[in-house]
Amino acid sequence: MLNDYYGEYGGAFVPESLVAPLKEIEQAFITAQADTTFNQKLDDLLMHYAGRPTPLTFAENLSKQIGRKLYLKREDLLHGGAHKTNNTLGQALLAKHMGKTRLIAETGAGQHGVATAMTGALLGLPVEIYMGEKDVQRQASNVARMQLFGAKVHAVNTGTATLKDAINEALRDWITHVENTYYVFGTAAGPHPFPALVRHFQRIIGLEARAQMEKQAGGQPTAAFACVGGGSNAIGLFSAFLDNEHVALFGAEAAGKGLASKQHAATLNAGSSGVFHGMHSLFLQSDDGQITPTHSISAGLDYPGIGPEHAHLHRTGRVKYQGITDTDALDAYRLLAQQEGIIGALESCHALALALKCAADFPQEACLLVNLSGRGDKDLDTYLKQEIA
Amino acid sequence: MNRFQTLFQRKQKTFIPFLMLGYPTPEISLALIKAAIEAGADALELGVPFSDPGADGPVIQAAAQQALSQGTDTNTCIRLIQQIRAFSEIPIGIMLYYNLIHKRGMGAMHQTFANAGVDAMLAVDLPMDASHAHEVSLHQHQLGCIHLIAPNTPLSRANQLIERSTAFTYVVSDYGTTGTRDALPPQTYQRLSTLRNVSDKPLVVGFGIHRASQMSALYEAGANGIIVGSAFTKLIAEHHAKPTLFQLIKENIAQYTQNIGAQ
Repeated sequence: MLNDYYGEYGGAFVPESLVAPLKEIEQAFITAQADTTFNQKLDDLLMHYAGRPTPLTFAENLSKQIGRKLYLKREDLLHGGAHKTNNTLGQALLAKHMGKTRLIAETGAGQHGVATAMTGALLGLPVEIYMGEKDVQRQASNVARMQLFGAKVHAVNTGTATLKDAINEALRDWITHVENTYYVFGTAAGPHPFPALVRHFQRIIGLEARAQMEKQAGGQPTAAFACVGGGSNAIGLFSAFLDNEHVALFGAEAAGKGLASKQHAATLNAGSSGVFHGMHSLFLQSDDGQITPTHSISAGLDYPGIGPEHAHLHRTGRVKYQGITDTDALDAYRLLAQQEGIIGALESCHALALALKCAADFPQEACLLVNLSGRGDKDLDTYLKQEIA
Repeated sequence: MNRFQTLFQRKQKTFIPFLMLGYPTPEISLALIKAAIEAGADALELGVPFSDPGADGPVIQAAAQQALSQGTDTNTCIRLIQQIRAFSEIPIGIMLYYNLIHKRGMGAMHQTFANAGVDAMLAVDLPMDASHAHEVSLHQHQLGCIHLIAPNTPLSRANQLIERSTAFTYVVSDYGTTGTRDALPPQTYQRLSTLRNVSDKPLVVGFGIHRASQMSALYEAGANGIIVGSAFTKLIAEHHAKPTLFQLIKENIAQYTQNIGAQ
């Protein structure tokens, strides 16, 4: 059996129709983990198709500026443009293994949608993507990419027309077509076994980074930073350092227009205990338990919940989660481009912004590691609009 | 004894309309419920609106959204139930999403609904495996428990679900979310017969049912009750501004209940 609770958080809170399919996935995953052929196939795809290992880059100019050594784990260089490919390759192979003939997925920024569409094309599985209408508009280039890969993209206009609603709609599709369909969940959230599954497939980020830090920086980072929407890139990075108390861990969540504005997606800092999207975790909600609308300039962080393991790590204090505003993220986006010649995803720029903000709290010899989880070409329109406004 | 238990002892075939509390407005919602009772509904299944109803199709989603936008919160729902109890002893089941219970606190939520006069509760996204505390608390507050059986629930698990349901067991007719369907798959009827053979406890069928012809076959296969929800909600959506709405709902329910016959 896999771990289905992280402290008090986690579980599988789903309508009865999804109980059996989730157990089926869990069983298939346990079998696959021990299956050499499955693992070889996955490793082969990760290396020769997706381009792993991704580099660790010493950000020389930014390091000079902050007076601390800054390293970037370059998931933006992974095929597809973000860490999402680690997970879609793993889950789509699992789906094939299980005899499923159709993939569905939700997407916020579009990176998970792109990765699923791409993987579906590679493995010959038809793909349908659910994406909030608001995100379809602000991440238009990713929509075009998904369609080029042959995926059907459904624009979801219910509720707030963002990631939360895309997940609702994908779950409804799954409930309806559960016999032949595999739901490729995009983040380390949702009902068990998805948090465990996604964590497993994203662990590679942390494993590589740990070895690369040893080799290139001569030791472990003083602190590691990642952005959290649902939390998959962050748990992938953190998993390698959780046991090492000498590595401080930081999660950057979307503070939007500021925590006081109520226009944010800072679930860990402003949310409360709830049960939604299949998991017991923290959510932004009303006193009655209605899920409340969120705001972030970054579609991938614009979500009112958080993966259960992050809720747990927040509670234990092992990871410090702090809010980064839209403005801070945009500043980091520009800075990274101008100082290092890298256009990072606005999501990942939340992590960078937090590292820059915290840098002075660490001694001069400190080594800071930031997971640059995705590339930011998709965010150019958003950036340009903000610059004009 | 729970009002549902009394009902199923008295009647082998029942008709249970589902209505969203507060839809389209709290006032009209109460009048619609009154009309349904007058037209001969045997029991009521009432929904508490939720912002993100994952198991519901577009019709019920829109109703929940509209109810919320009209200010229907949990307290409004409780007030509406108290108002129903002022004129009717009809069995009332509540259908909601678990977060609404979790956020207000399980004991407090059950207590409040029991005091208002509710007889049973179904938390759509709380599976049996996680529902022990919920079941215990429902029992403490003399509320019946309703569990769902899905088309892909293995028979041994279905048996447990029936065993652990104290008001009735809700048999989901088909894969998918709530909403009308042109036809139910043949497995629905086979499934019901199978379940009927292993238990004599009340089985109620719902999801996608809207035709009289579907109903008789479901009763024949062993259903003790049929829930119709999206069909009514759709009717309300189409006619809510018209004075003929209440008459229409009454006629509709009368048609369904006549279909049951004398039993």
